[in-house]
Amino acid sequence: MPLRSQSTYDLLRSHGVDRRTFLDYCVKLTATMGLGSVALPQVVSALETKPRLPVIWLHGLECTCCSESFIRSSHPIAQDIVLNMISLDYDDTLQAAAGEQVEEIRKKVMKDYKGQYLLAVEGNAPTKAGGAYCTINGQSFLSILQETAADAKAIVAWGSCASHGCVQNAKPNPTGAEPVKKLITGKPIINVPGCPPIAEVMTGVLAYILTFDQLPELDRVGRPKMFYGQRIHDKCYRRPFFDAGQFVEAWDDEGAKKGWCLYKMGCKGPTTYNSCSTVKWNNGTGFPIQGGHGCIGCSEANFWDNGPFYERLSNIPVPGIDSTPDKIGETLTVVTGVGVAAHMGWQLAHRKPNPARQPAEKHD
Amino acid sequence: MAIRVVVDPITRIEGHLRVEAMLDDHNKIQDAMSSGTMWRGIEVILQGRDPRDAWAFCERICGVCTTVHALASVRCVENSLGITVPKNADIIRNIMFLTQMVQDHVVHFYHLHALDWVDVVSALKADPVATAALAAKVSPTWGLASEGYFRDIAGTLKKFVESGQLGIFQNAYWGHPAYKLPPEANLMAVAHYLEALKWQKELVKIHTVFGGKNPHPNYLVGGIASAINMQGDNAINMERLNLISGLIDQATDVVENMYVPDLLAVASFYPEWTTYGGGLGNYMVYGDLPQNGIGDISKFRFPRGVILNKNLNEVLPLDLTDSDQVQEEISHSWYKYPEGKTSLHPWDGVTEANYTGPDLPYKQLDETKAYSWLKAPRWKGNAVEVGPLARMLVGYASGKPEFKEVVTAALGKLKVGPAALFSTLGRTAARGLETQLAVRWLREEYNNLVANLKAGDESVADTKFWKPESWKPESKGFGFTEAPRGSLCHWIHIKDAKIANYQIVVPSTWNASPRDAKGQHGAYESALIGTPMADPKRPVEILRTIHSFDPCLACASHVIGPNGEKLAEIVVR
Repeated sequence: MPLRSQSTYDLLRSHGVDRRTFLDYCVKLTATMGLGSVALPQVVSALETKPRLPVIWLHGLECTCCSESFIRSSHPIAQDIVLNMISLDYDDTLQAAAGEQVEEIRKKVMKDYKGQYLLAVEGNAPTKAGGAYCTINGQSFLSILQETAADAKAIVAWGSCASHGCVQNAKPNPTGAEPVKKLITGKPIINVPGCPPIAEVMTGVLAYILTFDQLPELDRVGRPKMFYGQRIHDKCYRRPFFDAGQFVEAWDDEGAKKGWCLYKMGCKGPTTYNSCSTVKWNNGTGFPIQGGHGCIGCSEANFWDNGPFYERLSNIPVPGIDSTPDKIGETLTVVTGVGVAAHMGWQLAHRKPNPARQPAEKHD
Repeated sequence: MAIRVVVDPITRIEGHLRVEAMLDDHNKIQDAMSSGTMWRGIEVILQGRDPRDAWAFCERICGVCTTVHALASVRCVENSLGITVPKNADIIRNIMFLTQMVQDHVVHFYHLHALDWVDVVSALKADPVATAALAAKVSPTWGLASEGYFRDIAGTLKKFVESGQLGIFQNAYWGHPAYKLPPEANLMAVAHYLEALKWQKELVKIHTVFGGKNPHPNYLVGGIASAINMQGDNAINMERLNLISGLIDQATDVVENMYVPDLLAVASFYPEWTTYGGGLGNYMVYGDLPQNGIGDISKFRFPRGVILNKNLNEVLPLDLTDSDQVQEEISHSWYKYPEGKTSLHPWDGVTEANYTGPDLPYKQLDETKAYSWLKAPRWKGNAVEVGPLARMLVGYASGKPEFKEVVTAALGKLKVGPAALFSTLGRTAARGLETQLAVRWLREEYNNLVANLKAGDESVADTKFWKPESWKPESKGFGFTEAPRGSLCHWIHIKDAKIANYQIVVPSTWNASPRDAKGQHGAYESALIGTPMADPKRPVEILRTIHSFDPCLACASHVIGPNGEKLAEIVVR
């Protein structure tokens, strides 16, 4: 059974988009997905011929920042995704219908596209109080999630809520909120963490699935390697200041005005895997460190409980601005051997990303 | 026989809201219940943490009105610790506030509310030539209005509908007799739905400049984190300021030439909606946009005050620290208070979750019992409405010239008197007029920033009390703001450098509140009463009034545990 009658290209054509614009769009999309120009024909072909994929987008305990981020995508823009790439059949944030009519849609899609629809989950499910902390139409979100996941082709867990648990899952987790991977088994789950995830990362993941008809390659915690393969620190434009030992020591100080490294202000860039320093935010306008504030590590599991945010990552000394190699040597001799090893290992790991060194998930 | 209409989920809102409406024999709503059906427990999670981190947790209460909880939070910590932020920080926070308000209001109108008034399928019948003529009449100054433009949009829509995959537009209320716009107005609105969707991602770049990202830009206790260095290339400099200035110009064009004209055009087709949906008639505003520090209430752009019983001749004073004024009660909420307590000021707040609703899954709630995860906040015992309408009314009644100007102009265009404001349409119109003020103020605040920089002041943060060693062993504070949806306040108690107590009373808790012990309805409930429904199975009228408030349920329903009590074990019957 064909999923739909028209391809993305058909629809774009019908919108008055010419082929040159279409190809330009494909080029940007290909680049966003981190694919070389070799993959361009594949992207073009996919968008020309593939049917629109039915998507059910559920909202549990969340703040809707993922949806808000999603509509900020600049390439492709939200309009293209919703009108051309996917068939967003159920999404209570944007849906025209309400109540009974919207629940009918969910049931219909589950039946008509059994095993073929993509389930996107924003937020997570509370497990305490019999599920009463989040209900839709008198039904617990937990049971809606389980019911909708049963016949989904795959699940995309948007944001840190669905991927890891995020804020409502922080200690003491009063509602027993649990991420999708804890509640659903036997289905492929793509975790796209971040609070929220970067818009172009979200649309890039969807476009990859549509283009290549396969799920992206995932790391051991289920994140697409194409966007979560490196630490923010690895590609941070302030990295040279870290290496030179030039740090912001207090807010609004001389170092802050010069854009020096925020490590001492608690920046979690060195332990956070995300594309903030490469893809950047809001069509490349900037990212948290560029805005003068350290990374809070929002795409890492349990980042709320790994704080405080303004405490530097460890007590290991880093080179000071006036340090000479001798002084650094002296400092190193007085810290514990473990500390030295950790620091050296950490430095080395920056140069060569090693999946084995990714911070372990406490919950896993 | 009376009908009970249940709408759950209410879509095109933030979070999870359920409405039950009881109709009389003529399908007029005679009673209504608003139930918040989600709860997350953010305050419990905040306890024992570093107060400087609180803004980040609070910001995650809501990603739609991102920033507002961060702003209230840093203000409440600063109030507690005795920090006065530098002038630039106040101005930049105002710029971020206004950016949020403008973006949020435009998105609300086009993407969350318009489909209550605009029939997308009817747009298929529109003539592009006539649509271009209509657009030129509605807003001669908006650039995208050619016949070819509307022909393209009509083509897009036709192909989309013909594809058979209607996505978010399927199974809606198209063709419902409550839709009154001619096909051309519908087509114009659909075109602008898409234009607004493209534009909304631009303005928020202002947050990216100052806060590193959007949604959820970074805030800082003591000021803002992004340093200014007009002679440097790695901080806020001329290039960044130019980016902001350009985005403000773009926003001004969208608001003045697209949003406000569209709003007034759509409103002119629905005059009966100036008579429905008025509700409580009580309005409250905490005030915001300080021009001389947050402590000087007299210099706020949004003035503070309360209006009772639609009396525009009197604006009553309001004190957030007076324990007799703002109180929360729980007679119809799934919480417990200690023996003998019925109503508490947030400083003394006690909350214990106590789900006593029906077993899941349930078909209906009982209005005589507890039926919501929202508490019922009251001002001096009164249920009040907060939000754009309240702000415009308090500004208007306070005699502020800029408020008078935009309100009078809009009323004149619609040929109605001020009484029309007390309605569903009045609420929707007030949001647009407020956006008009907001975008003008955005330019003024930008100019203020530049003027202050010219005067040689580049300071953005006060770090005197940054380190916990400099804090008093114990302190209390409060921080307020005017979020897009209304008045918001956070209360904090810091002890031994940790959060001992954190409480939040948010706009949608005021508006979406359930009944109180005296049986007074909340604002949503009250506003629904008296509205006739054309077809109870297709509840467009309920959506119109509820959406006119722009509900935000993740905000409204997170409240619990301010004093650190252990949560009660909840038994689902």
